[in-house]
Amino acid sequence: MALETADPPKAIAPPHPLREFWHYFRANGGAFAGLVIFCALAMLALFPDFFAPHSPIETRPDALLRPPFWETGGSFAFPLGTDAIGRDMLSRLIHGARLSLFMGGTVVLLSLAAGVVLGLVAGFARGITEIAIMRLMDVMLTLPSLLLAIVIVAILGPGLINAILAVAVVVLPSYVRLTRASVISELAKDYVTASRVSGAGTLRLMFSTVLPNCLAPLIVQASLVFSTAILDAAALGFLGLGAQPPLSEWGTMLADGREFVLRAWWVVTFPGLAILVTVLSVNLMGDGLRDALDPKLKR
Amino acid sequence: MLRFVLTRLSLVIPTFVGVTLLAFLLIHLVPGDPIETMAGERGIDPARHAALMKEYGLDQPWTVQYGIYLLHLLHGDLGKSMITHEPVVSEFTTLFPATLELSLCAVLFAILLGLPAGMIAAIRRNTIFDHGIMGISLAGYSMPIFWWGLLLILLFSGTLGWTPVSGRISALYFIEPTTGFLLIDSLLSDDPGAFRSAVAHLILPTIVLGTVPLAIIARMTRSSMLEVLGEDYIRTARAKGLAPFRVVGIHALRNALIPVITIIGLQVGTLFAGAILTETIFSWPGVGKWLVDAIGRRDYPVLQGGVLLIGTVVMGVNLVVDLLYGLINPRIRHRS
Repeated sequence: MALETADPPKAIAPPHPLREFWHYFRANGGAFAGLVIFCALAMLALFPDFFAPHSPIETRPDALLRPPFWETGGSFAFPLGTDAIGRDMLSRLIHGARLSLFMGGTVVLLSLAAGVVLGLVAGFARGITEIAIMRLMDVMLTLPSLLLAIVIVAILGPGLINAILAVAVVVLPSYVRLTRASVISELAKDYVTASRVSGAGTLRLMFSTVLPNCLAPLIVQASLVFSTAILDAAALGFLGLGAQPPLSEWGTMLADGREFVLRAWWVVTFPGLAILVTVLSVNLMGDGLRDALDPKLKR
Repeated sequence: MLRFVLTRLSLVIPTFVGVTLLAFLLIHLVPGDPIETMAGERGIDPARHAALMKEYGLDQPWTVQYGIYLLHLLHGDLGKSMITHEPVVSEFTTLFPATLELSLCAVLFAILLGLPAGMIAAIRRNTIFDHGIMGISLAGYSMPIFWWGLLLILLFSGTLGWTPVSGRISALYFIEPTTGFLLIDSLLSDDPGAFRSAVAHLILPTIVLGTVPLAIIARMTRSSMLEVLGEDYIRTARAKGLAPFRVVGIHALRNALIPVITIIGLQVGTLFAGAILTETIFSWPGVGKWLVDAIGRRDYPVLQGGVLLIGTVVMGVNLVVDLLYGLINPRIRHRS
């Protein structure tokens, strides 16, 4: 008599987390559209010289304020026209994509790193350290974000790097609060106690035990911060406090074109449209991320 | 209730001290000698330099300077502008009504459009209305408002010639400031043209400043309304045979409004940030433009005073919203 029995019914393996994430993300049409637009922008930002027909800073005294090609007087040499000193708008916009995404990305990395560390410290240390950190964040939240950024730039002086630093500081409180709140709720759980009992040190507990379990809300927050950072950095550029000419930052381009607004609509329309499309694509992706990472919204 | 008020107040005080410290440090963190920075490239002779150092108290250790600063603060003295030599407080109080008038109009605009839009999106969930309203509001939320303002100027002031480009009122009218709110003052002036001019000047800035709050309110109303519409008491109300309008407009809306009101209260900071940009675009003579101009002129006392005053206003409004919320909702009041 053979002892062979039928194989026990195989449990359906749960999908890999990334696969599951993609499933939910893909189901959101807006988020997918956002991702496609964002990837296109990223391509422009990575290889601006490949896509741009001209140099972004080369001026042409014989082609000032040329309209886009579909208007009378426009030509395919400058598809989106030229600005007041004869620079090609399309090339400047493409190079601007690089600056905007660079600023957004750097702000996210800087503020995420600093915010997570401060939040972890506040959540682990408690007591006076926690109070000091959280009060400081309250003070920063009291001031309107753009005002605080302006104040920081006023102290450091205008410029691309200082604008990045200013915006990174301004968005810091959101990460700190989020990290601290999730750290405190995670610390009460059994797996942390188990890890502590088996001798894990504070640093190991912080970064390798607790942090991975706090990541989902932080990732969603990072996408929000990315879009805020692009908007605020452009606003600083518009006020003359961000990237300085001749850098083709979109906000700075808007400020340059402002005085020609009633004469040459294209010098203000396109840079702003570029900001809107970029921020919108990031926000669309952010919505998708939230839907995919929030267990409450999963069906 | 008293306990609740005191707890909230005790939380505000350290934050306020923090803001004073931040405003104070502002001048001291500027690299280099503040007097030389303010004098600019022309330079300044040593005697005048020493006199100015003494006048601003910059020759003292910073702890003493902070003490003096707080002392002056308690007397309502925030220093004088380096350009106009007017007290910062009086400049602020002259300009603040313009910002307040614009912000109130913007909030009103945002609420009047945002609430119905959010409700329609919630009631007609997953229809073309819902997707349309949510798409537009996401675009509004992503809008660089400084560009939005320029676009509106381009269309309505440039192409169509309907609205003026900048300022609060046409230069033809001189209105005696009684309340500081031009809409009221121009109504009191018995000149119908003045009121019309004030309204025309207000339309575009209101739309520009109201766009982001409008998008936030519409999104919040929708999600809050969807949550409430799923509650049992709504099913009961429907089962009783109440008119759909009554169910949504009275039963659901009342409860859906609570988080929306909180969100509206939290918009003060967003409004100030927006006002800085909106006032710059429309040359609106308010505190936002005042601060931007102060940076251009390196007028640090104005920047310092402005930061403190705006911080105080935001803190004050947040405190009032907090207390009102506690007043309306006993669960919040008794938790702390």
